[in-house]
Amino acid sequence: MAAAVPGASRARATAALLLLLLLGCCGAALAGGPQDQAEQFFRSGHTNNWAVLVCTSRFWFNYRHVANTLSVYRSVKRLGIPDSHIVLMLADDMACNPRNPKPATVFSHKNMELNVYGDDVEVDYRSYEVTVENFLRVLTGRIPPSTPRSKRLLYCCSHGGNGFLKFQDSEEITNVELADAFEQMWQKRRYNELLFIIDTCQGASMYERFYSPNIMALASSQVGEDSL
Amino acid sequence: EELLLSPLPTGDVAATFQFRTRWDADLQRGSVSHYRLFPKALGRLVAALGVRELHLALTQGFWRTRYWGQPPLQAPAGAELWVWFQPTVTDVDKAWKELSNILSGIFCASLNFIDSTNTVIPTASFKPLGLANGTDHHLLRYAVLPREVVCTENLTPWKKLLPCGSKAGLAVLLKAERLFHSSYHSQAVHIRPVCRDASCLAVSWELRQTLTVVFDFFSSGQGKKDWSLFKMFSRTLTDTCPLASQSKVYVDISPKNKEKELLEVSPPPTSVHEAVVQGDKKTYAVYDLLSPSLFNTSRSLNVQLKWKRPQDSSEMPIPTLHAQRYVGGYGLQTGEICTLIYNTHPYRAFPVILLETVPWYLRLYVHTLTIITKGKENKPSYIHYQPAQDRRRPHLLEMLIQLPANSVTKITIQFERALLKWTEYPPDPNHGFYVGSSVLSALVPSVTAMKDMDVEQSPLFTSLFPSSDGSSYFVRLYTEPLLVNLPTPDFSMPYNVICLTCTVVAVCYGSFYNLLTRTFHVEEPSRGGLAKWLANVIRKFRGVPPL
Repeated sequence: MAAAVPGASRARATAALLLLLLLGCCGAALAGGPQDQAEQFFRSGHTNNWAVLVCTSRFWFNYRHVANTLSVYRSVKRLGIPDSHIVLMLADDMACNPRNPKPATVFSHKNMELNVYGDDVEVDYRSYEVTVENFLRVLTGRIPPSTPRSKRLLYCCSHGGNGFLKFQDSEEITNVELADAFEQMWQKRRYNELLFIIDTCQGASMYERFYSPNIMALASSQVGEDSL
Repeated sequence: EELLLSPLPTGDVAATFQFRTRWDADLQRGSVSHYRLFPKALGRLVAALGVRELHLALTQGFWRTRYWGQPPLQAPAGAELWVWFQPTVTDVDKAWKELSNILSGIFCASLNFIDSTNTVIPTASFKPLGLANGTDHHLLRYAVLPREVVCTENLTPWKKLLPCGSKAGLAVLLKAERLFHSSYHSQAVHIRPVCRDASCLAVSWELRQTLTVVFDFFSSGQGKKDWSLFKMFSRTLTDTCPLASQSKVYVDISPKNKEKELLEVSPPPTSVHEAVVQGDKKTYAVYDLLSPSLFNTSRSLNVQLKWKRPQDSSEMPIPTLHAQRYVGGYGLQTGEICTLIYNTHPYRAFPVILLETVPWYLRLYVHTLTIITKGKENKPSYIHYQPAQDRRRPHLLEMLIQLPANSVTKITIQFERALLKWTEYPPDPNHGFYVGSSVLSALVPSVTAMKDMDVEQSPLFTSLFPSSDGSSYFVRLYTEPLLVNLPTPDFSMPYNVICLTCTVVAVCYGSFYNLLTRTFHVEEPSRGGLAKWLANVIRKFRGVPPL
């Protein structure tokens, strides 16, 4: 999992430079490159921030995926991105599910102290509307003209495998398709920087094929690891 | 704004909120640019798309008419949208599609799934509830989405349309955690044109937002049937909405069986109102939140009701008209839809219009339609049937049936299940497919005569449906939605077949290929090398024979 804390990376950059001097190797200062780029990512001054939060799992036993996505939604809202700039896609309704003993609530911890569903949640795509087609349409902007909602934090939480992400038990999206979608977004200048967070099993495989610039990707598991 | 609290015969409590905003402006003619209390989102929708009447309801649960009595306003499970367009609209279908998309954005609901496969054009039901010049039924569209879920994300935009939001007045009671922990929750938006005054020379636009919720205290372990506002909503009323011209709470304290003093409300009401509602004489305790005496003693108003004596549970009144619907048959090929309509009036017969919308994948056989009352066949005086077209239109069946007094009418129709294409199945096909509720519209004769009341003075819950005369009242009932299993293919079959076939091919063909092409060669042994020479040197020192 890649860490993205500016302080730590700066310290590591200095440590790497020192090491180079000691060894006397004349290799190019490669250690400075990626760390610098990561810092640049967080220091850019763009303020038109959007977030796309996707949970693609259906059924009650995937309550945790919806709870994760709603936790990120709450964090993103608390940190300043308004509802009009957040596209929230939840594939199933957990809060008002008949199996929920406390209706209209979704908790992300067994203490049940923080209701991440809250009172002012705005779900843009729900239940059967969360499909691969709608997801790619939201990313690339090819939505039909009568769509009421309108896109660069992308968080996906669901089940996945090596190279694909499962949508609602019936379809998949592969890492190649995702990479192509991001390239379309880059060509249409739909993003300046993109932070992609994926929370599935073998999530690191989803960003193996990215070839567009200015994307930072985080995954909760490496290839071969399960994320439960 | 108004809140009506009525205890139901089974011990549950029904709370109906109604918020009415009346705007004296003509939305159709001229460009209106200043919106004050009327929400701008809905006002612009009505003006831009040429809407004459709009009724949208989102419901979770089912109103059990048999046990709870006639509802003040019922809605079917899921989402229901019916709209009358102005005669000036040229392309009604295009306007309908745009309208459902815009509403799905405003209310965070999946109303964009409304398309031609679930929209029908009823001819006799759903007459306009507001002012209407002519009623060309081609300007009406009706759609039901029975699978739609209602949750906080639908309640929040509904609350934001209120003039005071959820910050003052009766809307402070609307908290999601309590409202969805209920047996029935229905929120609706009704927009219609009304007469501005008695002479009806000008038109005003009325927006009514209604929310009905039924709380289940008796069976949730509380034991007693006493309730209070705090127990129901975990909140009390603290002040009125400053923008409201009228803000009242009505509590139904009608005595049953002519016995007085069966229940007691506290704090004492500001007045008592008697009215004939839905054919019955009812008494209401009224709390007028705008009267200064109410909030004198304490800043909060917590209406409480206590039963003095335990109620006689055997005496449950049966409503005059109620219905039931279920699926009969067995297997995954054929089936039968049965509707039972009960008329419990002792001596009056009345007609009822039944509207059934069945999706195209249940192929109805209209020649098997039978209507039986008291053992004899009952021929409907009006039938309108529009057969379905695969993937384009659902079935529409409308009938006007005369119900004799004190009778049960059974309507059955057989159907066959179709096999869908594999891309048309939803992600969870084994759950089943929903068939929307059927609609029963009737003018039920009332036991007590109702006098014509001035619309402005009467409480809101009596003026939703226009009443033509005092001898009957209009009621619209919905039956249960049906859940039908269609023959579902095994979606894991392609994967399994590919695995099995590839394994068989690999094992058989691979072995065969090896057998045919593998040859054996003798290999020269290698001399060894440096390692072998070193090992032999050490062996010589040890006195062991060399390698």
